[in-house]
Amino acid sequence: MMRLPSYRYRAPKTVADAAAWLAESPAETMLLAGGTDLIPNMKRRQQTPSTVIGLRSIPELTAITRGQGLTIGSGVTLTGLVHDARVRAHYVGLWQAVAQIATPHLRNMGTIGGNICLDTRCTYYDQTFEWRKAIDFCMKKDGDTCWVATSSDRCLAVSSTDSAPALIALGATVTLVSAAGTREVALSDLYANDGMHYLTRRRDEILTAVRLPSGNGWRSTYWKLRRRGSFDFPVASVAAAARFDGDHIVDARIVLGAVASRPLEVPAASARLVGQALSNDLITAVADDAYALAKPMDNTDFELVWRKKVVRSLVTSALRELRGDDMREARTKLARHPLIVVS
Amino acid sequence: MASNRPSAHLPIRPTGAAVIGRARRRVDGRAKVTGQTTFADDVMLPRMVHCRLLRSSVPHAKIVKVDISKAQALAGVHLVLTGEQFPTAYGILPVSHDEHALCRDVVRFVGDPVAAVVARDEATAEAAVNLIDVAYEPLRTFASPIDSLTYPEPRIHDYGDVGNVHKAVALQFGEVDDAIAKADHVFDDLFFFEGNTHLPLEQHATVATKDADGKLVVYSSTQTPHYLHRALAKALGIPAAHIRVIATPNGGGFGGKSDPFNHEVVVAYAAMRLDRPVKICLNREEVFYCHRGRHPVLMRFRAGVTNDGKLTGLDLQTLLDGGAYGSYGVASTFYTGALQTVTYDIPTYRFRGCRVFTNKPPCGPKRGHGTPQSRFGQEVQLDKIAERLSIDPADLRLNIVQPPDSLTANFLRVRTIGLSDCIKKVVERSGWRDKYRKLPHGKGVGLACSSYLSGAGLPINWNDLPHSGVQLKLDRSGGVTVFCGATEIGQGSDDVLVGIVAEVLGIDPFDVRAVTGDTDLTPVDLGSYSSRVTLMMGNAAIQAAERARELIADAVSTKLEIPKDRLVFAGRRVCDTEDPNKGCTFQEAVCMAEARFGTLGTTGSYTPPRSAARFKGGGVGPSPTYSYTAAVVEVDVDPDTGWVTVPRVWIAHDIGRALNPTLVRGQVEGGVYMGIGEALMEEQVFRRLPAKLSNALVHKFPSILEYKSPTSLDMPDVITDLIEDPDPAGPFGAKEVGQGPLLPIMPAVANAVYDAVGVRIDSIPVTPEKILRALEAKAAGKPARSGPASFPDILWPETLRVTPPWAGGDGRASNDPDRPTNRNVDAGVEARAAKAAWEKSTS
Repeated sequence: MMRLPSYRYRAPKTVADAAAWLAESPAETMLLAGGTDLIPNMKRRQQTPSTVIGLRSIPELTAITRGQGLTIGSGVTLTGLVHDARVRAHYVGLWQAVAQIATPHLRNMGTIGGNICLDTRCTYYDQTFEWRKAIDFCMKKDGDTCWVATSSDRCLAVSSTDSAPALIALGATVTLVSAAGTREVALSDLYANDGMHYLTRRRDEILTAVRLPSGNGWRSTYWKLRRRGSFDFPVASVAAAARFDGDHIVDARIVLGAVASRPLEVPAASARLVGQALSNDLITAVADDAYALAKPMDNTDFELVWRKKVVRSLVTSALRELRGDDMREARTKLARHPLIVVS
Repeated sequence: MASNRPSAHLPIRPTGAAVIGRARRRVDGRAKVTGQTTFADDVMLPRMVHCRLLRSSVPHAKIVKVDISKAQALAGVHLVLTGEQFPTAYGILPVSHDEHALCRDVVRFVGDPVAAVVARDEATAEAAVNLIDVAYEPLRTFASPIDSLTYPEPRIHDYGDVGNVHKAVALQFGEVDDAIAKADHVFDDLFFFEGNTHLPLEQHATVATKDADGKLVVYSSTQTPHYLHRALAKALGIPAAHIRVIATPNGGGFGGKSDPFNHEVVVAYAAMRLDRPVKICLNREEVFYCHRGRHPVLMRFRAGVTNDGKLTGLDLQTLLDGGAYGSYGVASTFYTGALQTVTYDIPTYRFRGCRVFTNKPPCGPKRGHGTPQSRFGQEVQLDKIAERLSIDPADLRLNIVQPPDSLTANFLRVRTIGLSDCIKKVVERSGWRDKYRKLPHGKGVGLACSSYLSGAGLPINWNDLPHSGVQLKLDRSGGVTVFCGATEIGQGSDDVLVGIVAEVLGIDPFDVRAVTGDTDLTPVDLGSYSSRVTLMMGNAAIQAAERARELIADAVSTKLEIPKDRLVFAGRRVCDTEDPNKGCTFQEAVCMAEARFGTLGTTGSYTPPRSAARFKGGGVGPSPTYSYTAAVVEVDVDPDTGWVTVPRVWIAHDIGRALNPTLVRGQVEGGVYMGIGEALMEEQVFRRLPAKLSNALVHKFPSILEYKSPTSLDMPDVITDLIEDPDPAGPFGAKEVGQGPLLPIMPAVANAVYDAVGVRIDSIPVTPEKILRALEAKAAGKPARSGPASFPDILWPETLRVTPPWAGGDGRASNDPDRPTNRNVDAGVEARAAKAAWEKSTS
């Protein structure tokens, strides 16, 4: 089997210790939560930290607490979120997104913090050392060229997190803790559209919590395209959240996943939606906005031209679901599961 | 009361059996469920060391230098090997001994093994592998069959037909050109079937060691211990009598563990050199490089059809992308053209097939071996014919099903054929008549059929030895041990073996112990391939068990003074049919036999009947009998995106007789599962980087995450029916089930997509991208189709002309140099009439 490289493993019991140890050599150290992303990457030598700090023994990272909204510790497992009644009741889009991450086994291990920080993916990058050697490596690791588009001066690896689009649509913020202090940023600001430098998190910072504002008045949904009903990363997705006053939308966010190196907000769509009721024409116009913005590249499953076309259909489905249309049949065909919250 | 024991020979009575035909838990089920089964990677021996291979990082190059000095110097390294230690070539087919355990002069694909390290643990071996320095001199990269047909030089191998053509064959049975020319309609269709791989859950693993007196022992996850035995003897220069191969239960094979592999030869050599056990377990990426999977095949089907939907002739061309080595490729090539005729009545037939070498992992036998590709083409073409002639596709097929007990144009002997019953069954169960062409836009049903061998009629190494041998040992304990070289690869062969012996001797399967797949302990069975095990091992087991029953009956008859023909073996007793109280326990009966005859042991063997085909190439296709399958697939297609799902499959399989219906249904459903994967998503495809920047040609995604195979959520409901009409050639009438039920799924999906949205997807897999492209083409007034546009001109060899049986043919080629008579035969309708008259005279 593929073997891990050797590394030093440290297991702090508090966030303060973790931050202090991380500050010792942030460039050489990586944080380990569920390990479902990092461990295979290390086996493939995509990442070779000399020190790994395990966060699993830090109790303060595994709590879900209620205030105005909801604060979710970054170490909460994806299964923990799927089974959380508050998430199901008030943040349906997040629940639908998390319930569609990977497989049940991987959700038992993977955490929300890990999914938010998920490494960008690419079929030229998520390969063994031997495979990457056979293409003379790529820009993201050990090489110079982006094989997705050889003229590109930046890495085009694709953002593959399911939870982030849903969280951004719901207006989430995240807490970053370092030995130097704590800061809170909008989740949207955590990301940059660059396959290599896709997080604005400093290397000495630990993402400790995700904070969601109150879900009152909001409806949200998440539609994910992937080849199979389980296992696969998204190849295009849309998170939509809207606050309604009667039939009319007061506030709305549409966020696309897996069509850029970061979760991609569609500002034109938000502007277009506010003050309106969800007519078919409006839905079509918003789907066109999203279609225009989506820039899938040849870095994951399915042909990129087709992925771009499907964005329109995903956005349409998402908005129809927000409107209250019965989308169970379409959802079941796409996701092999109705993903409907039974209250 | 008459004996209720079934006789192994005619007449077969499918009722009254105690074990056969009853749904039972398989004999190896408990160990597999509890994790007790010892797979190859579970074999742990004292002092064992570990091996890793260095594989080529370039697709095609001369090896200029291999510097192993740094690897040898690493602490914990025991042995570093290169091609120098392996001068002898081996391979599965005698005509393609083109592999060395480690490459000597040339590497032929990314993943071709160049060197090996044996070290105290896997991590050390891996570290040492990375210290080996190889210098390559690049050669032209052949990425596609067109590359290989275009450039004869440099040759990937210095053998084969010409340039980079490994094998080209041309066979003709009757005057096919005339028959097509005279037909009412001519259909000329192109199809493509992308390559895909087996994806067994168990990765290949091997442990080699010396036994107590220094002879070689090899444990391996192989489907074919006998062929591995032969290959090791040749490659290592050790007499076969001094090698023991133990096939551990395979965690899935599907054809992917049927070749002798580099890693097996390497660890065997290393164990002998080091005098220590040596293990290798491949990682998933390496399994993709072993491959031997489905060949990508481009096909052209030209068919003549009468107004009432009968075929007058078929002219088939296939082009196979073979990858870098021969493997089973010559057989695969013939198989793309072998079985068209055993399903449908095709009075004249020409087949031309060509396999080329490319710089990719070698293709070989995957479930269905060479036949699913052309089965796809044939069944989709029949759907097109049915539509053009306004005939229901089920009726079209029912009208042309090959008759039973017939000889086809290419001299294949069809015995029982339950295909019509299969078609009628799936039509009835699926509600076909209410659905076909009647469902709303976006929903559709498709129908397709298939057939498969119940074992290849000829062995890989041509000889007149039995294909399967079984030994039976019985003693005073009352226990029975059955020995056979057959290999349990998950298909249930141990269960078949035990069930048959228990049935014949009237005891419980739990009383029988099976020892299988061990070349020291068990008689030769050729291996778990070509769907041969149940039929061949089963017939051998019946013979061995009947011989034992005969000995026991003799002894009991004498001792208890019961006439032998009144003895019955049932319920662990041997007793008088006329007075069941008169008799003894099975154990007592065995004691009587042991007392009378001495130590008890019997043998059985099986050799298939001789084929009627006498022409060159006629060795591929004959089988003792053929299984048949029909399937209806329902699809749901989103016309906006092309997104396609399969909610339901109805399938009927002509099994002859189900020995253990639980296992038979498992195989049918497993075949459907694999078929759905091939139909919708599985692709073993490659990336050729821009040639200006790189020579690289790599597997696109050699990982079990990115090689898309369905998950349980993607599996449709499967409604399975078994058609049981016992075949005289099979044990208790059984035919194969391991491969046939896969075959109709891919064409049935494509046909259902056409029914749903009116576009033809003439290439596998049927992906949403292709569907949407075809829908867009249709909307733009272009052909509503996605598929290949042309078939290249291939310089075919002289066509071997064989006269069909109804035109007086004797199975030989008329232009065979040894037999220069060239009969003038009728064409088209005349050929059909001649065939009918011939059939009448021979029936």
